[in-house]
Amino acid sequence: MILRHPVLYIILAFAVIMVWLPLHGNNVSLREDLILVAIAVILASNLNLMIGYTGYVNFGHIVFYGLGGYIGLYLAAEKDWNLVLASLIAGVGVSLFALVLGLGILRLRGAYFALATIGILVAVQSFVANFDPWGRSTGLYVSFGAYEKLGGARHALWVTYFLVIGVMALSMILSLGIKISKFGLGLFAIREDEDAAVVLGVNATVYKAIIYSVSAFLPAVAGALMFYKNGMIDPSIAFEFMLSLEGIVMLMLGGKGTVIGAALGGGLYEKLRSYLLTSPKLSNFHLVIAGGLLLVVVLFAPGGLIGWLYRLVPRSRKVLE
Amino acid sequence: MTPLMEVSGITKRFGGLLAVSDVSFTVGEREILGLIGPNGAGKTTLFNLVNGVIKPDKGTVKFAGQDITSHPPNEVVHLGLARTHQIVKPLHGMSVLENVIVGACFGRDYLRLRPARKVAMEVLERVNLADQSDKAASSLTIAGKKRLEVARALAANPKLLLLDEVLAGLNPTEIEYMIGIVRGIRDSGISVFMIEHVMQAIMSLSDRLVVLSFGQKLAEGTPLEVARDPQVIEAYLGDPDIATKLKEKN
Repeated sequence: MILRHPVLYIILAFAVIMVWLPLHGNNVSLREDLILVAIAVILASNLNLMIGYTGYVNFGHIVFYGLGGYIGLYLAAEKDWNLVLASLIAGVGVSLFALVLGLGILRLRGAYFALATIGILVAVQSFVANFDPWGRSTGLYVSFGAYEKLGGARHALWVTYFLVIGVMALSMILSLGIKISKFGLGLFAIREDEDAAVVLGVNATVYKAIIYSVSAFLPAVAGALMFYKNGMIDPSIAFEFMLSLEGIVMLMLGGKGTVIGAALGGGLYEKLRSYLLTSPKLSNFHLVIAGGLLLVVVLFAPGGLIGWLYRLVPRSRKVLE
Repeated sequence: MTPLMEVSGITKRFGGLLAVSDVSFTVGEREILGLIGPNGAGKTTLFNLVNGVIKPDKGTVKFAGQDITSHPPNEVVHLGLARTHQIVKPLHGMSVLENVIVGACFGRDYLRLRPARKVAMEVLERVNLADQSDKAASSLTIAGKKRLEVARALAANPKLLLLDEVLAGLNPTEIEYMIGIVRGIRDSGISVFMIEHVMQAIMSLSDRLVVLSFGQKLAEGTPLEVARDPQVIEAYLGDPDIATKLKEKN
């Protein structure tokens, strides 16, 4: 069923372009730009599973990314594991953590759940900042020699880039697969009215815990790859609350609940942010813009860019998920 | 023959309020059992106790030979006990058809998406909503939303359907239409247990009636028996002899 879906081919084309653009002409600075775009798309897409599909606002989504980074970096750099294996273990580990956590905190609804997710972010950050094996507040570093296994540092940067693009494509395909499945229908029912969904037969407790856990997997893998590429991790960059908030802005901007919207919002917002961050006059001004943008979107286009497109061209609703 | 559902001694207390107190009754196969009572009598609470939305303090619910007391609502539906809500709960952002597909997907047969879609279309035909299947559920009129509630519950392919005031707020034509639907449901072999305030309708539809007042079962019997029961008349109108007394006074 998914194989016949047009959006699948849009995703694949997007991934191919992302690979081809920096490779063509060996453009390293473009690659560094695009890897941030890919990370934004990964975070927004997976956050979308919670906010857009299930209707649970997760302010602490970045915990998964940061924890994945720590586990991945610890295994790959300190324990000398293969990077791909270390990233996968990071994904599985963080997913299991989310599953256990989810069965507890997903009993809360609405604002209370949102508050709990902030609490988790703070708690995890403080724990890691005091956790000896992970270097407390100084964090972990990758020794330069570790990259030799991937054919030297220069080569390693390309390898991690391709892996991150792969994770990005998988994130979008996962979103699409869930959206057109019975599981996704159950999630949408929970989003619209959880009590009604349960009376209609949806096992909301289990569904919510599963999607919370699933939404943790690929961000954790991406975190492992990204922090390994950067060569270091510490509690303040791994669990940056601002990035968690920006994830929500990306999602609202593109259109929550849609596969394309999440990716579009993630990509566009990241481009805008890097422009504002690097422009000397506007440095650190991006958060003001982010806040303003969120306000405008929520007030005037709650469906985001994709919602706006749906209204403009109603037929697009049937094609663009 | 054993009844389809057997509720015995069910009790629920909310703080100091005894919402439902030691209520027992049965629903037979292919029976329409009506549940009436003044406002606040505990009718909807009784429904919530039966399908597991809230847990009883005491008492048991047996359904199709199984003890379902305190089972969560989603498990109760899988066994074949579906319900509608007094205050309609459409899944607003989804289309009418999608709403019913949810019912079919997660109901007794736990259908996959494709067969669920087919069942949903059939059910929508049955309640005369098929021409509005693409509309957003939130755009339906109140009568449409009530029918959607019934359609969603029916799509679960239940053995017993709990209908919570499906006639409330409808005009006479719509009531007539809904009565036809309920009769059709029973004729297709499904038992119905319904709360209703529209007296003429419930009197003509029900095989038997249970009357609830202040959480207690006041009376049970055929509509005729219940209508003549002095206790029932008192619960609804106050003193049953009030008319005679008033006449004497004049």
